[in-house]
Amino acid sequence: MFKFLLEKDTWQEVFDSLSKNKLRSILTMVGVWWGILLLIGLLGSARGLENSFNVLFGDFATNSVFVWGQSTGKPFKGFQEGREVKLSLSDAKKIEENVEGIEFVLPRNQRSATVTKNFLSGSFQMAGDYPLLDKLQKKKLIHGRFINQNDIDDNKKIVVISEDAYKQLYEKDAEAIGTYLIINDINFKVVGMFDSGNVNMGPSTDMHIPFTTYQQIYNQGDRIGWMMITGKPEYDIKQIEEDSKLLLKNLNNIHPEDKRAFGSFNLGKEFSKMTGFLTGMQFLTWFVGIATLIAGVFAIGNILLITVKERTKEIGVRRALGATPFEIKRQIVVEAVFLTLVAGLFGIISGGLILILLDYLFGQGADAALVNASVSIGVVFTALLILVVLGTLIGLIPATKATSIKPIEALREE
Amino acid sequence: MLEIRQLHKSYPIGDSSLHVLKGIDLSVEKGEMVAIMGSSGSGKSTLLNIIGMLDEADEGEYILDELPIKNLTEKKAAVYRNKFLGFIFQSFNLINYKSALENVALPLYYQGMKRKERLELAMFHLEKVGLADWAKHLPKELSGGQKQRVAIARALAADPKLLLADEPTGALDTKTSHEIMDFIQHLNDEGKTILMVTHEEDIAAMCKRNVRLRDGVIIEDVKVEQVRAKLYV
Repeated sequence: MFKFLLEKDTWQEVFDSLSKNKLRSILTMVGVWWGILLLIGLLGSARGLENSFNVLFGDFATNSVFVWGQSTGKPFKGFQEGREVKLSLSDAKKIEENVEGIEFVLPRNQRSATVTKNFLSGSFQMAGDYPLLDKLQKKKLIHGRFINQNDIDDNKKIVVISEDAYKQLYEKDAEAIGTYLIINDINFKVVGMFDSGNVNMGPSTDMHIPFTTYQQIYNQGDRIGWMMITGKPEYDIKQIEEDSKLLLKNLNNIHPEDKRAFGSFNLGKEFSKMTGFLTGMQFLTWFVGIATLIAGVFAIGNILLITVKERTKEIGVRRALGATPFEIKRQIVVEAVFLTLVAGLFGIISGGLILILLDYLFGQGADAALVNASVSIGVVFTALLILVVLGTLIGLIPATKATSIKPIEALREE
Repeated sequence: MLEIRQLHKSYPIGDSSLHVLKGIDLSVEKGEMVAIMGSSGSGKSTLLNIIGMLDEADEGEYILDELPIKNLTEKKAAVYRNKFLGFIFQSFNLINYKSALENVALPLYYQGMKRKERLELAMFHLEKVGLADWAKHLPKELSGGQKQRVAIARALAADPKLLLADEPTGALDTKTSHEIMDFIQHLNDEGKTILMVTHEEDIAAMCKRNVRLRDGVIIEDVKVEQVRAKLYV
């Protein structure tokens, strides 16, 4: 049945009929071309936006919750209301061991510090951190390195500073790595500098020193300021937050229904709002793209229909010369499919070019608004398949119309 | 060759119907050249359309070369038209975006002949009508007479048993009409059976037999002494 597609004559006929009516063919194609161009452009941009979100938030941090101690809101087991709650390292360890679906628990200490470099000084937030933080918060290091295990083991007096802090404390273009900063009257060696970035996850910190160093200098002992709990991707972070809080209340003799004892910020929850927005946008993109595509295909059908009216006589002549209705239908359907397919291919190519342009305009550098704006090959093939199917269906309308006219009516002299 | 018995045809017009053919009997032998005449509305074109299998009779028999033509599917009708009949129209009905050669080759395309073969055969027929030099030209680049010759070549391409012409000279001036008639007479001399509809007496006189229709019945069917078109050229 499809053998005719391999015959040169079929294509000769299609090519003749299309190429000798150039304006008609081109007008017909514009609709579909535009539709697929929009689909590819929109889908690619949506993907680029999603990618850029993912880059900003990192892989792990998105499924995280920050927890810190406040003061109790209910009396419990002989303790009065209003008792200050302090988290400890052992709390962090217990959460890591007992709560289901935990990926990491990262304890942190934080305070503000006055930092001096020669004659320049400033006040910054300083935190005692583990190397893991880099993994969770995706610190973009511009120079040097982040805190490593050695620093932790040896309580080294080193610091990783933000670019903002660097700008405040150093002369323009001065080398920071290897120099010393005085933080709250103690000398620290700068080993790394990171990009402050656009989006700050949780409280922003400009100075990172090793956790153990912090413990030692500020007599922190076992106490910690707050902790960052990251769940495995397949676990619900809201459940993890509840489980962790309940465990903490248990460990610290706090009423199970005390809502004030712990403060928290659930990053996962905030992030899921964002991804919900992205999903919505993607749906919208598909909807708009496919609607445009269908409109384009209808335009093809419409123009073919007009053409058929124009070509009534030709079709009548062909039938008088022995063309069967099937052959006529087949030719018109092949013309429709061919037009949609060529227009679609052009649309895909120009859509690709637009994505390249978007990437060039918005996709460069670390703060790019669109990261790798692209469309998967599967989507492209699906779109093509839809085009061919729609092209066939829409081609059938004028084709049926063409053969429903009796040859005698078609040939009747006006 | 062609047998028609008691052919009836009516067309619905609103609620009533128009009885166009009221029992036609016609028999044409091989090698005849018949002019079907009549004023407009006499039913001559309807008769030609039925003979050409473009239309179907309501009643009666139509036998073409011992083959009863009855209840044809569109597909079968298309195949019969292609195999048995060649059409020549008043307004030529060439396909305007195809060259003369491709126009002539079209019936052969629908026969499923290979491109090379059918272009060769089409060229042979174009040579026969004296238009070999015009093979690559589009219809709009040809004169009326040339167009009709291309149409004749096209009608002959599939070597039909019967040539049907609907006012073949209707759109041509007298001189060109006579050239075309001369050509058609030559085809008849070679043995082609020709049936043509005309309302021009001088054209009818160039046929061998005149069948006159009025109000859907044959009122006259006479053999005539053929006037050779050559005399006027």
